[in-house]
Amino acid sequence: MNSVESKPNVKFKSVTILSNTEISPNVFLLSFKRDFAFRAGQVLGIAVSSNDDARLYSIASGENDENISLLYNIKPGGKLTPNLAILRPDDTLWITVPFGTYAGSDEPAYWIAAGTGIAPFYSMYRSGLGSNKILIHGSRTLDAFYFSDELLTDFGSRYVRCCSQQEGEGTYHGRVTQYLEALDNLPEDQKYYLCGSAEMVVECREILLSKGVPFSNVVAEIYF
Amino acid sequence: MSFAETIVPKEHLLGKTLPDLKRIAAKLGLPAFVAAQIAYWLYKTNIQSYDEMTNISKKVRLLLAEHYDLGVSDPVKVQQSADGTKKYLFPVSSHKFIETAFIPDARRNTLCVSSQVGCKMGCLFCATGRQGFQAQLSAGQIINQLRSIPEREQITNIVFMGMGEPFDNAEEVMKAQEILTAAYGFELSARKVTVSTIGIVPAMEVFLRESKCNLAVSMHSPFDEERRKLMPIQHVYPIKDVIDTINRADLGKYRRVSIEYIVFGELNDTQKHVKELARLLNKTRCRINLIRFHPVPNVPLPPTNEDRLVEFQRALNEKGIVTTIRASRGLDIDAACGLLSTKALIQRENGDF
Ligand SMILES: Cc1cc2nc3c(=O)[nH]c(=O)nc-3n(C[C@H](O)[C@H](O)[C@H](O)COP(=O)(O)OP(=O)(O)OC[C@H]3O[C@@H](n4cnc5c(N)ncnc54)[C@H](O)[C@@H]3O)c2cc1C
Ligand code: SF4
Repeated sequence: MNSVESKPNVKFKSVTILSNTEISPNVFLLSFKRDFAFRAGQVLGIAVSSNDDARLYSIASGENDENISLLYNIKPGGKLTPNLAILRPDDTLWITVPFGTYAGSDEPAYWIAAGTGIAPFYSMYRSGLGSNKILIHGSRTLDAFYFSDELLTDFGSRYVRCCSQQEGEGTYHGRVTQYLEALDNLPEDQKYYLCGSAEMVVECREILLSKGVPFSNVVAEIYF
Repeated sequence: MSFAETIVPKEHLLGKTLPDLKRIAAKLGLPAFVAAQIAYWLYKTNIQSYDEMTNISKKVRLLLAEHYDLGVSDPVKVQQSADGTKKYLFPVSSHKFIETAFIPDARRNTLCVSSQVGCKMGCLFCATGRQGFQAQLSAGQIINQLRSIPEREQITNIVFMGMGEPFDNAEEVMKAQEILTAAYGFELSARKVTVSTIGIVPAMEVFLRESKCNLAVSMHSPFDEERRKLMPIQHVYPIKDVIDTINRADLGKYRRVSIEYIVFGELNDTQKHVKELARLLNKTRCRINLIRFHPVPNVPLPPTNEDRLVEFQRALNEKGIVTTIRASRGLDIDAACGLLSTKALIQRENGDF
């Protein structure tokens, strides 16, 4: 394990925000200049003041991208996200070193995400790991398929958007769990990466297990 | 109901620490000693209404009632196991319930309290994890699990091992452990209160610094790869960092750290595991508690093999780590470790997918 992968570090350093854009209602993409190395799939601890507790965010940009991006949604009444959303370019953000071991590989695999849980897969894709992956993204509304222009171009039919509350061209109408439920012959020797809320991860994992996928091939990251 | 008629629920007094109660007294223009009087009625008695607070004037009682609910509520259901274990069901809000287990044995009466409705951690082997997360409990809702059961006076030990990950609700859990151990509260010895975590490192650091209660850490495997498959948290807070955090803490003389280890037959009970546990815990003053795995429907993990369990215990003891096997209690009513779930009672809410 190299040093950037190691343990969570409660020490913050400050960075200057380059942009903090609302890319969909209540969902923001924040970026700042990258001056450290990380592995796609890792998270950063974030705070708006160095005295606050850190909240964790998956890095949503590639290992070699110039900037670090984070994708987040506002949690009403939340301690951090309402305050994060009002930050402007040139404002200061406090970050920890990147950490975590939710890492991709270049083997064929399924990437299954809900909501902002697309972030680590987007990072893995931007880092060159997307070519043999099937990417399944679940959301409630059509405007929540973040990065879809880029993903559609590069993944084509290997990119499945499951929209539970709206019908749209080229999207599956239903929950990501319903989509998985209907799949037959899932390869048992491939890895299934899951990322999103506890509810989504737990339900998807249960479906995969019921379809014969061994638990050792389910790799889960939960946004708690 | 129109907006104007919407009833904003009042805050609860149960779960307030003495400093909280002093602030409340000040806010209401009451003398500071009223705070201690309220604490007495909340934590040393089982009164059910303000009227019973006989050393507080009627005027003050009315003022309190105008602004705060007492926050005590009885369990709505109790199931009793053949072995004497009882499982209480408490409602915490509409369609949200928690379970509390009362576990009597010859030497002690343990109460296993919940800290959340459901849990966000998604451990593969756990029934609570499979119901997802529905709500945080307030300190009052945690305390109420002790205050509102008939065995209240007989409880000798409290373990935070019910539904939820305590350190994902750290602020309320810290308040609850204060009230359980404080002189103004239930006055339990901190050595009789154990908070059990899967190892949320930042909150664990605060707990080790600011509380004197015992700590239990759910390990279940000393190996990164294997633990990741059982417990997604390993991606974020690896067990090695959890152990380092314990090693850095000043545990004093009496504080107890235990490592909880569910034994899955022929999976995590090998000689390799014994060796790695001994290596990992080399600098840690702790004991290991082995727990039998009680099969959960649709969970693809093998049940404990009794012969191997005993051999595993022997091998660990031989390495110098005090290792015990926890008796399985309340199995027939799903009150045993990892079996608490109120999933059947949940009404599905819209998630993010
Ligand atoms: C490894 C990891 C990676 C993460 N990556 C991302 C990311 O890339 N993007 C992102 O947007 N978020 C991510 N998160 C979540 C993020 O860390 C914060 O928890 C989230 O943004 C809310 O922060 P907050 O301070 O605004 O709200 P908080 O103050 O933390 O939460 C507000 C309240 O909502 C409650 N709550 C939390 N979840 C639920 C739920 N499911 N149902 C009901 N109530 C709930 C909390 O208990 C709390 O009481 C990640 C979390 C983890 C652990
Ligand atoms: S074992 Fe504990 S932390 Fe893990 S899912 Fe169950 S309740 Fe949550």
